[in-house]
Amino acid sequence: MPHKTLDMCGYNCPMPILKTKQALAKMDIKETIKVICTDKGSKKDFVAFCNQLGHTLISQEDEGDKFIFYIEKN
Amino acid sequence: MSESNEMTLIASKGTLDWAYPPLILASTGIAMGKEVSVFCTFYGLNLLLKDLSHLRISPQGNPDMPMKMPFGPKWFQGINFGPKIPNIMWNIPGLELFATAMMKKTMKNNGIATIEELREICIEMGVKFIACEMTIGMFGFAREDFIEGIEFAGAATYLDVAHTSNQDLFI
Repeated sequence: MPHKTLDMCGYNCPMPILKTKQALAKMDIKETIKVICTDKGSKKDFVAFCNQLGHTLISQEDEGDKFIFYIEKN
Repeated sequence: MSESNEMTLIASKGTLDWAYPPLILASTGIAMGKEVSVFCTFYGLNLLLKDLSHLRISPQGNPDMPMKMPFGPKWFQGINFGPKIPNIMWNIPGLELFATAMMKKTMKNNGIATIEELREICIEMGVKFIACEMTIGMFGFAREDFIEGIEFAGAATYLDVAHTSNQDLFI
């Protein structure tokens, strides 16, 4: 179970990344966040985001037109 | 990959459409753990004014701008009026304001943040804005016209910041 869920459906680039960053800042290390969004660019952007900051992208799944990311804070 | 984790941007344009790239890149840069400085010069100073409501798009001399209506039936929304409208039409007073209103509506429909929202996030997350002192004087702006928390300086300050950065973009 994620510690936090962030629903960014309907928001476009760069808002999902910005709000995720802000949410992660308030979390503890090893906690996970679930991000749901509809921004098509997010599938690649979250990989780059996690790669750059050293967070772990645990999983990514598609649910219809929604993209769901589980990220562990490192 | 170089070790530098700094990014600098020069924002030199002040129309609504051109206000987006520096603010999107600055906020995303800082979200990705970079130290970000934005040097606003010439029309880019508009990004730092307290009141942003005057920012407009200009279809004039911009024939590549796709122009689709953000309302009406689907077939109507699919028409790209951009190449169909002779550029001289945009000389008609009021049409630029109309185009700006349509652009703002399109952005809202697409879940794109407003310039005000993006700038607020940039400041909240610690983007450093530097307003170009020379152009402030040239355009007759006063320091009170600008938002709080920004720096006022010149080209040498920018170059000093950019000296240690490895991502520098002129927009």
